[in-house]
Amino acid sequence: MKSKKVWKFFFLVPVILYVTLLIALPLLYILFISFLKSDYYGGMISSFTIQNYIDVFDQVYVSVFLKSIAIAGITTLICILISYPFVLAISHKKPRTQKILMTLVMVPFLTNSLIRMYGWLVLLRKSGVINQVLLGIGVIEEPLSLMYNTFGILVGMVYTLLPFMILPLYSSISTVDNRLLEAASDLGASKFKTFFKIIVPQTLPGLFNGSLMVFTPALGYFFITDILGGGKFMILGNLIKNQFLTARNWPFGAAISIVLVLVTCVFIFLYRKLGGKMDDLGGAS
Amino acid sequence: MKKVILKIEGLKKSFGSKEVIKDFDLNIYEGEFLTLLGSSGCGKTTILRMIAGLDSVTEGHIYIDEKEVTTLDPKYREVNTIFQNYALFPLMTVEENIGFGLKMKKVDKKVIKQRVQEMLELVHLQGYEKRMPKELSGGEQQRVSIARALINKPKVLLLDEPLSALDQKLRKSMQLELKQLQKKLGITFIYVTHSQDEALTMSDRIVLLKDGKIEQVDTPIKIYEHPNSLYTAQFLGESNLFTGTVSVVDEKYTLVNVDDQVLKILSQKWKVDDSLDIILRPENIKIDVKNKQENVLEGKIVESIYDGASTKLMIRVQKRLISAMYLGNDKLYSKGQVVSVSWDIEDAIVLKRDVYEK
Repeated sequence: MKSKKVWKFFFLVPVILYVTLLIALPLLYILFISFLKSDYYGGMISSFTIQNYIDVFDQVYVSVFLKSIAIAGITTLICILISYPFVLAISHKKPRTQKILMTLVMVPFLTNSLIRMYGWLVLLRKSGVINQVLLGIGVIEEPLSLMYNTFGILVGMVYTLLPFMILPLYSSISTVDNRLLEAASDLGASKFKTFFKIIVPQTLPGLFNGSLMVFTPALGYFFITDILGGGKFMILGNLIKNQFLTARNWPFGAAISIVLVLVTCVFIFLYRKLGGKMDDLGGAS
Repeated sequence: MKKVILKIEGLKKSFGSKEVIKDFDLNIYEGEFLTLLGSSGCGKTTILRMIAGLDSVTEGHIYIDEKEVTTLDPKYREVNTIFQNYALFPLMTVEENIGFGLKMKKVDKKVIKQRVQEMLELVHLQGYEKRMPKELSGGEQQRVSIARALINKPKVLLLDEPLSALDQKLRKSMQLELKQLQKKLGITFIYVTHSQDEALTMSDRIVLLKDGKIEQVDTPIKIYEHPNSLYTAQFLGESNLFTGTVSVVDEKYTLVNVDDQVLKILSQKWKVDDSLDIILRPENIKIDVKNKQENVLEGKIVESIYDGASTKLMIRVQKRLISAMYLGNDKLYSKGQVVSVSWDIEDAIVLKRDVYEK
């Protein structure tokens, strides 16, 4: 019996090492330096302060926080609006067709996301493909501003994060028994009512899961705001990146990171309050 | 004449190039318990789903209470379905499940509550309001699904093999309960099953289907005792089959050559050289009866199976294996014993071969 336990532990070692060395320790380190002072040369002075946390609540940074949450929120909403019709449509297809379509959803992931952002540049800029075509067929007379604004950022965010909404929603919609939908319509429910009374409640775990998977990264994907926002827009990710790499104020960057982690925790807490299960997020309960 | 509540005319259904229902016509009367019986794949469930509006109709017409509903959306049809797996909404309580139909019709909440109570009483589930479907046994789920359908006061209730998931004992009691419920409410039931036993016990009329076509429509007694085809005879109940050719016809009796024996049957419309099937039910076979002159065959008992209420004998008569049945176990026969086998001449079901052999 004892040797069995040893073996079990042995198999867990890589996971334990991974979690400790690459997740727990760095996070603790970030937490630690967030209470340090920075000197003027990008170094850190080991003296305890909470000044960094007070600075986070400066109006400038609070507005970045709010804007980030707004962009992430709108991104999540758009992803939900696109994903539901999509998964509803493909859940009625033959299993083979479903597999092919879901693979197509995953295909863009095979390319680096930074490169894909530059791809959008080619499409969206003033002299880009979309503007050229619209000008060519005479729909518009002036090229549209499709990027270097919130629109461009949202396009990039939705494009990059959509699969994270589709996948969990698809797996939860495939658990909805088609006979329940038939029963609902047999009992006088319209398609609309069936969707809100039967499908949505049953796919809520997938919806929550997808929302967290879209919302959280959307707070931090700084390269999207950098490229499609033209560097004029800042979300939390940009803020943190700037503090670490440009302003070289590591303690302050660390403090913002910790606040971001806390914000995420609040959303997970809300999710559990609403009856969500951690299992559905792929974690242990 | 009773009122026709559901009329089906020239109904056809194809899935791709496969024709599942071929020209189906039927009138169903108000308050009737009608069973669609057939082996799996005969199209019985498809017919039910077309009546409910869950499957589209390829050709033909369906009328409910004289109103054509062929292409009408299910939600507007005054029929409700009991699904094979009950299809209860898993995230709703029993109360919400039963009240669902009325809620969709925007009935006042108080009225819904009261009606749900009535329904719970009807199916003997008082006190189950707040339970979730997964906390119920199969039989209880079944009752909820019945209540959920009946609360809408459908003109026709469609039941798709509703008892197939229950165990034998529960199935028997639910059969009785469904039948009583139907009598009490006077609602037309269309019941789909592959079990001849269920069909015979519950129905007012049975529609026997074969390959998407009606084989026979009749009351249980008629369909069992006067099947009009060999298929019907063999589908419902057990049968011993003798195939032969008519040799002599007189006013009262007809003689048929079966292998090297001569069997006597009542004369009807038979002519010399007609090819006939003579069918005998096991319960009509008599063993070792004295004073019988005609249709007496000698055989040897191969097997004797006692099942409590009755005993079944397998008797080898020349090349043929005949099954016979009698109640209880008062006469004991042992394996290998030689007995005489006979039957009353009027118990033989006789069918002409070319009627169904095309």
